[in-house]
Amino acid sequence: MKKIILGAVIACLPFTSSIYAQSQPQDGGTINVVVQPEPPSLMIGMYSNATTQQVGGNIFEGLMRYDKDLNPHPLLATAWENSEDGKTWTFHLKEGVLWHDGQPFTSADVVFSIDKLLRETNARLRGSLAFVDSITAPDDYTVVFQLKQPFGPFIRLFEVGTTPMLPKHIYEGTDYKLNPANHHPIGTGPFVFKEWKKGSFIHLAKNENYHVKGLPHIDELYWHVIPDAASRSVAFETGKIDVLPGGSVENFDVPRLTELDNTCVTTDGWEFFSPHAWLWLNNRQGPTADKRFRQAVMYAMDREFAKSVLWNDYGKIAKGPIGSKTTFFDKALPDYEYNPEKAKALLKEMSYDGTPVRLMAMPYGETWQRWTEVIKQNLEEVGIKTQIVSTDVAGWNQKIADWDYDISFTYLYQYGDPALGVSRTYLSSNIAKGSPWNNAEGYVNKQVDEWFNEAAVAFPDSKRADLYSKIQHQIVEDVPVAWLMELEFPTIYNCKVQNLVDSAIGVNDAFGTAWIKQ
Amino acid sequence: MSVQTLLYIGGRLVKGAAVLLVIAIFNFFLIRMAPGDPAQVLAGEAGATDAIFLQQLREQFGLDQPLYYQLWIYVSNLMQFDMGITYRQQMPVFDLIMERMPATLLLTGAAFFLSLLLGILAGVVAAAKHRRWPDSVITVAALIFYATPLFWLAMMAALFFSVYLEWLPSFGMQTVGENLTGWQKISDIGLHLILPASTLGLFFTAVYARMTRTSMIETSRLDFVKTAKAKGMKPSRVTTHHVLRNALLPVVTLAGLQAGQLIGGAVLTETVFAWPGIGRLMFEALFQRDYNLLLGVFFVSSAMVVLFNLITDVIYCVVDPRIELSK
Repeated sequence: MKKIILGAVIACLPFTSSIYAQSQPQDGGTINVVVQPEPPSLMIGMYSNATTQQVGGNIFEGLMRYDKDLNPHPLLATAWENSEDGKTWTFHLKEGVLWHDGQPFTSADVVFSIDKLLRETNARLRGSLAFVDSITAPDDYTVVFQLKQPFGPFIRLFEVGTTPMLPKHIYEGTDYKLNPANHHPIGTGPFVFKEWKKGSFIHLAKNENYHVKGLPHIDELYWHVIPDAASRSVAFETGKIDVLPGGSVENFDVPRLTELDNTCVTTDGWEFFSPHAWLWLNNRQGPTADKRFRQAVMYAMDREFAKSVLWNDYGKIAKGPIGSKTTFFDKALPDYEYNPEKAKALLKEMSYDGTPVRLMAMPYGETWQRWTEVIKQNLEEVGIKTQIVSTDVAGWNQKIADWDYDISFTYLYQYGDPALGVSRTYLSSNIAKGSPWNNAEGYVNKQVDEWFNEAAVAFPDSKRADLYSKIQHQIVEDVPVAWLMELEFPTIYNCKVQNLVDSAIGVNDAFGTAWIKQ
Repeated sequence: MSVQTLLYIGGRLVKGAAVLLVIAIFNFFLIRMAPGDPAQVLAGEAGATDAIFLQQLREQFGLDQPLYYQLWIYVSNLMQFDMGITYRQQMPVFDLIMERMPATLLLTGAAFFLSLLLGILAGVVAAAKHRRWPDSVITVAALIFYATPLFWLAMMAALFFSVYLEWLPSFGMQTVGENLTGWQKISDIGLHLILPASTLGLFFTAVYARMTRTSMIETSRLDFVKTAKAKGMKPSRVTTHHVLRNALLPVVTLAGLQAGQLIGGAVLTETVFAWPGIGRLMFEALFQRDYNLLLGVFFVSSAMVVLFNLITDVIYCVVDPRIELSK
């Protein structure tokens, strides 16, 4: 069988030096980072909370890392091949990798992690594993995935947040959720867990036996829990904090902080997630059930204004369901420009009777509160009566999950491929009460369903691209949800920290390669 | 202490336990009236989930059981002094509360004594210099601190002392990563304590100052004070031994109320200064719908209120021997 070699060429080079050659890194030093909110656990295999990934991504590792264009690079896997029919993937593992407790990392760990543990505990991976027929380990350093059909997104499943490698010798045969190692995580990553003082800080230290020679450069890593957004800004200003990961301070503090001396800022490191914000529009009832009303909402919104005032011009206006940094984004989509007149015309055409709509704010901080006010004003300007509804996170989750809303906000990650992060919002098979992260708007289009299902398993990629183009044009016409922006969360940091963000998941696996300029 | 007093205290303790049980049951229903549940919040932070995961979490937390059964489990565990496991951290609630207790006690205790000391002192001075400039200064200052929102005061203090002057740390309880010991550690914690304790204490200082002042002025007009002055006693002794002692009763009442809140902590102060105390724990548990943890904090705080009410009543007798404890 002829095989396509993908990873072997760059396998011998560490990730950083291949892409971002910089001046000679220096060893040593401590980095202080903010972590908000305090994670429930660092056990990345069972909790995929954003901050669990941020801290845990430095303790655990996936088989691959991804650069900003979402190309895979070797980490625990040194090379991989796909068979010609696209159904067999063979991974070659790195030899001589040790778990933090000294045990060797082998193919048995990979099979156990994916086939047993993560299949049971990781909701996001479970969906993708439905395409996998078998996972086997012919020898200690080879793993073979036999797929039922070719699955396009397969190669993008192996970052640490989606598929972290977990130690078989610790978890096998135990109740995963109650395993004491959850409180003292053991991974293969560049940092080992030291201490977690609940409510104060998490301490990680350099892994002296790390499998990439010369890394990590940093000696100590402290993640500080500071619950108040303004206090996080102050902590950075006083120099006690070196890194504010994207989204950890309020947007209105960003311009002030970035102007401080010796302060650097980057919006890189979100390519894999590509957070996509939109308004849920309840397709089932009320005015929002009418396509013309939903289109009117698109024309009524002054998204440029929101972007410049609320987001300090970071981010991009979203054109449709797929983010522009995600694969298969169609550049030729029509625009919904800011055009109140068109919105009014559409409302007139559907003879909108002035039924008020409820606009539920998202309780994720000041920016979202203000965005709600902006949208309300936009909608009222074209004659849509709007009432703002406020609630807390739990209440908001519940109301969306119970479909008890007219319009509300959300933003979700795209995970690098429409089959992983986009289709879930629009597939009618994904309509189910009780979850706010599925097709909560109630959009039903059988044609779109068919295309999505075909696109997930089409082979090769050019076929997928055609299908995703059709999908995007159809969905943009139907406006099941009103897309707002592709969000960018600037990471603000002290300029002494070098090479901070060098992968598509940003600070989540940043500190293994970062260093401090003395 | 007389037998009667001990009997009284015993009786109060029994009553208190009954009150606590009622409070616990009431709280149990109260927090379940809030929309949403811990599984959804926990899964929500992950940004992606499915029905299986939510179901797994609910089973793990026991939330799939009927409500009356959950209540039964909770109350019977509580009777055995078991407060359950937190949903989020997967730790015993009692351990987590105990882990946070010292930080809270240090902060609220320091603020308590600081405000009591400063407040009574300021009140006595203001009353002694009634209608003269020290009185005006103290009254105006007390009014300002009384009326200023705590979080704003805290932010301003952090900006001024930490960012501008660079004298004091702006967050946390100790310098992380220096492994200080002995006196160095104590002074490090003390340094971190100054800002949160004084912002928290200022409000109560103002309350005590106003209370003491008013009470002092009223008492000093009573006949026995005249008698004391008439028999030639030194004015300072009249103030401390006759006026102050009688004027203190309302202050003790108020201090008892504040002491009851010592465990509940200070949500705002702990949040702004990232102080790892119980107030924050409770606040976060509320938003995360961590029922067990929230009920645990509620329980411990209500136990403290019951206890401190009793202590206050006992202190009344010490301050004013005319008051007797009886059923």
